[in-house]
Amino acid sequence: MNFATSPVLELNLPVWRSRLLMLAFFSGFAVLAGRAVFLQGLDNEFLQAKGESRYSRVIEISANRGRITDRNGEVLAASTPVKSVWAVPEELKLQQPQLGRLAALLGMQPREIEKRIGDAGGDFVFLKRQIPPEVAQRVADLRIPGLFQSREYRRYYPGGEVMAHVLGFTGANDVGQEGIELAFQDRLAGKPGSRRVIRDRLGQIVEDVEDIRPSQEGRDIALALDAKIQNLAFSQLKAAVELHRARAGSIVVLDVATGEVLALASFPTYNPNNRARLSGAQLRNRAVTDTFEPGSTLKPFTIAVALESGRVTPHTVIPTAPGSLTIGTATIRDAHAEGNLTVEQVIQKSSNVGAAKIALSLPAESMWNMFESVGFGAVPHLGFPGEVTGRVRPYKHWRPIEQATMAYGHGISVSLIQLARAYSVFARDGELVPLSLTRVAAPVVPQPVVSPKTARMVRHMLELAVQPEGTAPRAQIMGYRVAGKTGTAHKQENGHYAPNKYVSSFVGFAPVSAPRLVIAVMVDEPTDGKYYGGAVAAPVFARVMEGALRRLSVSPDAPIKPIELPPEGQEVKESV
Amino acid sequence: MARLNLLLLAVLTACALGLVTSQHKARALFAALEQEQERARNLDVEYRQLQLEASTWARHSRVERVAGQALHMRVPEAGRIQVVVRPASGARVKP
Repeated sequence: MNFATSPVLELNLPVWRSRLLMLAFFSGFAVLAGRAVFLQGLDNEFLQAKGESRYSRVIEISANRGRITDRNGEVLAASTPVKSVWAVPEELKLQQPQLGRLAALLGMQPREIEKRIGDAGGDFVFLKRQIPPEVAQRVADLRIPGLFQSREYRRYYPGGEVMAHVLGFTGANDVGQEGIELAFQDRLAGKPGSRRVIRDRLGQIVEDVEDIRPSQEGRDIALALDAKIQNLAFSQLKAAVELHRARAGSIVVLDVATGEVLALASFPTYNPNNRARLSGAQLRNRAVTDTFEPGSTLKPFTIAVALESGRVTPHTVIPTAPGSLTIGTATIRDAHAEGNLTVEQVIQKSSNVGAAKIALSLPAESMWNMFESVGFGAVPHLGFPGEVTGRVRPYKHWRPIEQATMAYGHGISVSLIQLARAYSVFARDGELVPLSLTRVAAPVVPQPVVSPKTARMVRHMLELAVQPEGTAPRAQIMGYRVAGKTGTAHKQENGHYAPNKYVSSFVGFAPVSAPRLVIAVMVDEPTDGKYYGGAVAAPVFARVMEGALRRLSVSPDAPIKPIELPPEGQEVKESV
Repeated sequence: MARLNLLLLAVLTACALGLVTSQHKARALFAALEQEQERARNLDVEYRQLQLEASTWARHSRVERVAGQALHMRVPEAGRIQVVVRPASGARVKP
């Protein structure tokens, strides 16, 4: 090739034109290089994020809500994962055969599903919440576009209605709403976390990048409750409420040594696994949230004040004839005119006149102090939601008639759990025990209220009350010495005492030689004609106490012989 | 000089391949670990479900019903129960 003949070279072009071209190229390169430096060196966050989003993912770590167990480790409440099926109506492509299959899997009518989707209109609708994982898998296998699932937890209560009031329940988001579930929400709830990971093409996690939020499993809670005693208490209470056609009832079983609540039941109740139709009456944990006028179950406290002051001994004679006592315009009556009674017999026969006379000989302040120091009028600090204080009016405003009626438990209101706890004073040589819903490991620090001597004297009187000559012979148990007191009170309605509506109660403990358990029973408005605490509540006490003592393998402290009941028609009637 | 460069190139290639292999192994192991952890979680869920099931079957009301109706068992009378007090811990009961 002959370059010299190229016509281009023959042209004598100015040098600046080639320079200009070169400058243009180089400046183009410089701009590109500058941009590259900027993107990769100075402002690289954006691209880095874009790159990471191709392989790294943030995944949620779910956390279980803690289990609730009884004192022996039996599971009373636990959560298991379930799925919820939801749809985006705009994206949903649902043809006839698939609709039918979906409806069958979800246990719904095809029309119902269509209606839900139609009603929602927008971009989100739950088709069905809380379905078992196996069903969810089969729904996912249908591969319906626009249909999604999310993981939720559902709480199950194997104990059902028996434990309902103690445990409470959780709402849709696994948040406690009642009972223990609410009281211990902080401890039970788990904290879900999240972490950033690298996933490969197959979706497997191949590298951990960072923990964004560490997850925390909910902690388990071991209650003081004994499932077997709870079941016994509930079934006996239910039987009694149904037998006496009562409106409601509750029962509390306490461990005398530790203050642990071994059983706590109310009736009517509900099934926490199926809360479709619930009424307020079913939901109420009556033993803790309801107060009532306790009636004669309060007499032992009045007597204890009198014994402590040294004004009376168990054998001091109190004249109760003619069976009534008029103070101002009001009259206090006994069911039976008894004549002269010793202080012991006032408890045994449950004489209102006797208790009122003793109370009137005492300073009001000392009675008030007693009520206050056994925990009446104060929150029992059990940790339950909705605990009530009851009502004890300040003694400065007591009129004599009020002081007299308070001696036998009218004009004062308490909750059943307060009453049960107060009786620990007599079961424990004069000390009040703190209550606990959870297991107690360390020895409790009781609060001395009366002297051991007084407590033993009252304990003896309470034992007399369950003898055939007392008001509660039906509280006796074969093989164990039992002590306790009946209560029968008119119910207040609109500020007046209703003539034929009663609250029957019984509080007692056993075995008397070394008390282990306090049981308090309350039956609200029995309507089958029987309403005395000794006839309605005492038999429940006896059966539950017998079963519970056997459950705890407590040695009998009395000869095993048939229980003596007074002949029909000669039972001692309690004063109301 | 050229020979040294070639040698260094070979060493570098070997190192690079080693890095790739170890990274791959690490990821495979990590994936296996993840899978096992997932399995542990699933087993835990299953354990909870089994515990619930056990509790449901062992409901005292059901046990009582089965014992009474199907097995014709009954609670012994008080006179036929002997309470044996467990000796203080440490002491052994002689057979």
